[in-house]
Amino acid sequence: MTMTTESDLRAPASARGHPRAPLSQGARSEHRLAALLCAPAALVILVVTAYPIGYAIYLSLQRFDLRFPEQSSFVGLANYGSVLTSGHWWQALTTTLIITVVSVAIEFVIGLALALAMYRTLIGRGLIRTVVLIPYSIITVVAAFSWQFAWTPGKGYLAALLPQGVAPLTDHTSAIGVIILAEVWKTTPFMALLLLVGLALVPDELLRAAQIDGAGPWKRLTKIILPMMKPAILVALLFRTLDAFRIFDNIYILTNGSNGTASVSMLGYDNLFKVFNLGIGSAISVLIVIVVSIFAFVFIKLFGVVAPGAEDDERRLR
Amino acid sequence: MTDARGRKAWWAVTDIVILAYALVPVLWIASLSLKPTHLINDGRFVPSEFTWSNYHQLFKLDLFTSALRNSIGIALIATALSVVIGTLAAYAIARLSFPGKKLLVGVSLLVLMFPQMSLVSPLFEIERSVGLFDTWPGLILPYIAFSLPLAVYTLSAFFREIPWELEKAARMDGATPFQAFHNVIVPLAAPSVFTTTILVFIFCWNDFLLAVSLTSTEASQTATVAIANFTGVSQFDEPTGSIAAAALLLTIPIILFVLFFQRRIVAGLTAGAVKG
Repeated sequence: MTMTTESDLRAPASARGHPRAPLSQGARSEHRLAALLCAPAALVILVVTAYPIGYAIYLSLQRFDLRFPEQSSFVGLANYGSVLTSGHWWQALTTTLIITVVSVAIEFVIGLALALAMYRTLIGRGLIRTVVLIPYSIITVVAAFSWQFAWTPGKGYLAALLPQGVAPLTDHTSAIGVIILAEVWKTTPFMALLLLVGLALVPDELLRAAQIDGAGPWKRLTKIILPMMKPAILVALLFRTLDAFRIFDNIYILTNGSNGTASVSMLGYDNLFKVFNLGIGSAISVLIVIVVSIFAFVFIKLFGVVAPGAEDDERRLR
Repeated sequence: MTDARGRKAWWAVTDIVILAYALVPVLWIASLSLKPTHLINDGRFVPSEFTWSNYHQLFKLDLFTSALRNSIGIALIATALSVVIGTLAAYAIARLSFPGKKLLVGVSLLVLMFPQMSLVSPLFEIERSVGLFDTWPGLILPYIAFSLPLAVYTLSAFFREIPWELEKAARMDGATPFQAFHNVIVPLAAPSVFTTTILVFIFCWNDFLLAVSLTSTEASQTATVAIANFTGVSQFDEPTGSIAAAALLLTIPIILFVLFFQRRIVAGLTAGAVKG
């Protein structure tokens, strides 16, 4: 067991920083323990997903249309070429990006406010913590369906509040607005719950000390609470972005993609399950993974060392 | 005293706003579930006539009760296994140095990013050939696999923030790595573990795509799929009311689950209010 620095109390007992040094007894037993602890997770993930993911990538390089199975052949990147030169892809990508960025931004602000309330409220704390999660626990399709009802003139209470003849789901901009509203309402609790755990990691003494030093609520939020919540914020933003970018159910129910509201996932779904062009559909799936990986990469770089798997341990605030 | 009362009043108002945010859309679903079929399209938030027929109807369907049983069993087993397996891996990722760590994190993120719609067909083929199709394990395994990335990533992010000097102290006192893990880290890690448990449970409970692709009979069909197959009270009716009723019933287990776990989310930390 080699310690890199004596002062860094939190550094794990490891040979970190000396990758080429011969393995000590301690390092070797540490590797063995790590392998043992990770094996079940790695095994289940591989057994279930390796073949399907490999197969999807393989399909994306094939001309593979279930209507013309005899014409199947290897086409290299041609499917990607067809997708990337199609106006539908770029329209769907733009729509999806707008929905993702706007929803996640709103969700972060509301989610943080909810988390603060869930953590600090003096009245009915258990009730608030439970009720906040109810939107997230309603099946997405049914929630979307209820929004669709609510916004349809003649059927819904929200449409009834609008001037006569206004049908928000039939216009591009307002339909996107309704989709974002449904998405935000449903998934903000996810954000709030993760941020709540992050809040719980902020030591109260630190906040009290800051208050005694004259730091106001805003300063405490931006200078202490948010920096200390970085791991929670990373996880919340990352997972919500990955999820929002693959938005499907909400749009499928609310507008079925009409008026330019289709998302990239809907485009993939239509190709896979409606016109049975598995080659193109799989290429769209892989492209979705690539775009989403760029998001993930940016987030992980932005948050740097708090990302799980990052090797640096000099990230402590204290 | 007045200051305290002022703060309480402020929180009461905040709480009401939050309750309205969370519950008004739910009440609308409740309203749809309580309206008689001929009034379902009347656009009124408060039904002018109430009926419980949608709820009665649900429990007359054998398929729905068996689906509920399947949903509860499958979600509980998958959640328990996923959180246990995920906790082990997250501990290793957060605490130990070993080759392949980045690869493990990267692969699990990839699994999370891959659109599930392009994975269900090959999964269906595999499960049919090995006899897992339409069985509990046939759904539990994919649920574990697809929820593990969330569990592992969330848990390892939070595990890194735990004051590890306590573990080191335990090791110095002669505890084995396992004892240090079990007696020191587990209590400290509890809030993040319970949060992850809630998220994983909701993921399994609400899944539709995997369930609809990998089940076909009452042997394993879950409630979300059963709802999608609803017809109306009579076969000429729109199933809107029954779908709304079933969706509300399905949130009850989650509410119970969250009620049970929410106290532990910030357990161990003094819930003292900081003035402000």
